[in-house]
Amino acid sequence: MASLTVRNLSKSYGAVEVLKGIDLEAQTGEFVVLVGPSGCGKSTLLAMIAGLETITSGEIAIGGRVVNNVPPKDRDIAMVFQSYALYPTMTVRQNITFGMESRGVPRAEQDAAVKRVSALLKIDQLLNRKPSQLSGGQRQRVAMGRALVRDPLLFLFDEPLSNLDAKLRVEMRTEIKKLYKTLGKTTVYVTHDQVEAMTLASRIAVMHQGRLQQFAEPHTVYERPANMFVAGFMGSPSMNFLPAETVAGETGPMLALLNGKGRTLLPLPAATADRIGPGRKVVLGVRPEHLTRPDPGRPPKAALGRIDVQVEVVEPTGAETIVVVKVGDREVVARFEPDSAPREGETAALAVDMGRACLFDPETERLI
Amino acid sequence: MTAIAAYDPLATAGTWRRSRAKIGVYAVLGIFAAWYLLPLIVLILNSFRPLPEIAENGLIWFPRSFEFTAWGQAWSTFCIGGTCEGMQRNFWNSLAMTVPATIISTAFGAVNGYILSKWRFRGSEWLFGAMTLGVFMPGQVALMPWAFILGNLGLTNTVGGLVLVHTVQGISFTTLFCRNYYLSIPDDLIKAARIDGAGFWRIFRKIILPLSPPILIVTVIWQFTGIWNEFLYAVVFSSGRQQPITAALIALSTNGTNVRNYDVMSAAVLIGALPPLLIYFFGGRYFIRGLTQGAVK
Repeated sequence: MASLTVRNLSKSYGAVEVLKGIDLEAQTGEFVVLVGPSGCGKSTLLAMIAGLETITSGEIAIGGRVVNNVPPKDRDIAMVFQSYALYPTMTVRQNITFGMESRGVPRAEQDAAVKRVSALLKIDQLLNRKPSQLSGGQRQRVAMGRALVRDPLLFLFDEPLSNLDAKLRVEMRTEIKKLYKTLGKTTVYVTHDQVEAMTLASRIAVMHQGRLQQFAEPHTVYERPANMFVAGFMGSPSMNFLPAETVAGETGPMLALLNGKGRTLLPLPAATADRIGPGRKVVLGVRPEHLTRPDPGRPPKAALGRIDVQVEVVEPTGAETIVVVKVGDREVVARFEPDSAPREGETAALAVDMGRACLFDPETERLI
Repeated sequence: MTAIAAYDPLATAGTWRRSRAKIGVYAVLGIFAAWYLLPLIVLILNSFRPLPEIAENGLIWFPRSFEFTAWGQAWSTFCIGGTCEGMQRNFWNSLAMTVPATIISTAFGAVNGYILSKWRFRGSEWLFGAMTLGVFMPGQVALMPWAFILGNLGLTNTVGGLVLVHTVQGISFTTLFCRNYYLSIPDDLIKAARIDGAGFWRIFRKIILPLSPPILIVTVIWQFTGIWNEFLYAVVFSSGRQQPITAALIALSTNGTNVRNYDVMSAAVLIGALPPLLIYFFGGRYFIRGLTQGAVK
C-alpha cells in the first residue's frame, strides 16, 4: 500500500514555476529521500506534503486519502525541521507534549508517551531543560522526539542534519537509520547531501530545477543514472564525462575518445553495442573508482579498456587517494588505494571498466 | 586606502596634554548634562521652598528650609478655576486615561504584529504600510475627525473618550514595534506548532506571547510616557474636572490672581512628571535591551 502518493504536482509563485509535474510515491514502511542542489524544489515539495504550502495543481494523497485541502494538523504527519524549531520558552518535556496537549490527549497517556520516546532517544536526563541549554545533537534528538511521540502515518524530515558538525552528522545519520530499522515508519527525508541519500534511502528521488530527474533504489541511481545531471550529482568525486564517438572496430563496435590528440579506442560493452550503431556521438561517463591500474596477474576482462594518462595532481585523503589525470586535453579524476596510486608527473596506463561505464546522449543528456 | 598613519592624541601626547584633553571632554559633557538637568533641579528645589523665600531670593536659589506644604497644596487644596481640589483629580484622570489606553493599544499591537508577521495574506504588506503612516501623521490632522466621532459617541469631555483616541492613535506604533520584533521569531516555530495541532490563538498564547516580554516592555513604556505627556488631544477634548494633568497645568498658570505660586506650580509640575520619570528610572534599562535584543537566541 502506498502511504504517500504525489500525482502530477506543480507549484508556482506568480510566474515562477518551482515544481513541475512531480510524480512520486512512498510505499508503507519505505524511506524515500528527496535529494538535489539548493533551489531544486525539494523543501517546497516537503512543505506541500506537510500542508504548509498550497498546491497549484496536482494531487497529494496520504494513506489513500487526498489531502490537498486538509490542514497540516489533520494530515497524520510529523515533521523534523532543519532549524529543529524547538519552542524556546518550553522545557524539553513541554516541547514533546505540546502536540498532544493541543489534541487533548489525557495526561497519563502523555506521560507514558514521553517516557517511551525519551528512553528510545536517550533524552530522559534532559526533560526539564530549555532548548537553549542543549547542544546541537541534543536539540536534534528532542526535535525527533517531538515527531516520534505522535506515531503518525508519515514522518517528514527537512534536512535534519545540516546544522550539525561533520562528525556528529555521521553519528546521527547512523542513529536515524537504526531508528528507522526499529520503527519501520514511512519516511520522506529531504537532504542536499548525496551521501545521506545513498546511506538512508530505500528509494532516492533526485530533483533538479523543479523536476524529478530519477526515482529509484540507491544502487540504480548510482550505477545507472537516468541522465548526466543525476550522474554528476550522485557520487563524490563526480563522474567523469568524456566526449566520444562510436566507430566500427575489427571485432565489433568500439568507442573512440574525442580528446583532441591521438585516438584512444575503448571496447563497448555488448549490451550497449547492440543498441547503438557506429558513427554516433556520445558522452562517456566513468566513475573515479572505475579507473584502475591494470593488474598483470589477472586476465583482462573483455570490457576493460586502456587509456594513457598524464598524472597532474595527487590528493591523499588517508583512506584513499584522489588523483587528477589528463586524458588528452581533458581532466579526469580517479580514485586509488593509497598503495597503488601513481605519482605526480608520471605517465601511466589506466584500465577503464567499460562494463560499468555509462553512455549519454550529448543532446538530451539522457542515459543511452 | 590612503595611507594616513592613525594619530591618537590621547596616546601620543605628553601627560599634561593628555590630562588637559580629558578635562576638556569632561567639562563639555558636564555642561551639557547640567543644561538638561538644571530645570529639573530648580523645580525640585522650588517645590520645597516656602513662597516668601522665593519672592525674596528669586527662583534660582538654594532652599533655606524644606517644607512639604506646596506638595500638599498642589495635590489636594489648591484652587484652580473655582474648585479647590488641587491636582489630584487630574492626576487620577491621567492615570485612568493612560493605563487602559496603554494596555489596550499594546494588546492590539501584539495581535496585529502577530498577524502581519506570521499570518501574511494578500495585501498585508500594503496594510502594514498604511498603518505605519499613522506613526508619522501629525496629531492635529486627526483633530476634526476625532471631534466628530467623539461627539457622535457622546464621549466629548470624558476620560473614556480620551482612552479611545489614544488607543486608536497608538495602535500604529504598537503594531510597528511588535510586527518588527516578531519577524525575528523563526517561521519554523509556527509551522511546527501548526503540525502539532495548535491554532491561531493557541500559537499566540503558548509560543508568541512567552517570547514577547522584551518588546511588550518597550511598547508599554513608549505608550505610557507618550499618552501621559500628550497635550494636544487633552486640551482640545477635555475641560475642567475631566482634564488630564498635562492640560490642567495650564489652568494653574492662569488662575486669575496676580500672585504667582511658584512653589505650588513646581510641585504640581513634578506631580505631573513623576509617573513617566519613575517609568524611566525603573524601566529604561529594559527599554534599551528590548529594542536591541532579538526574540530567540
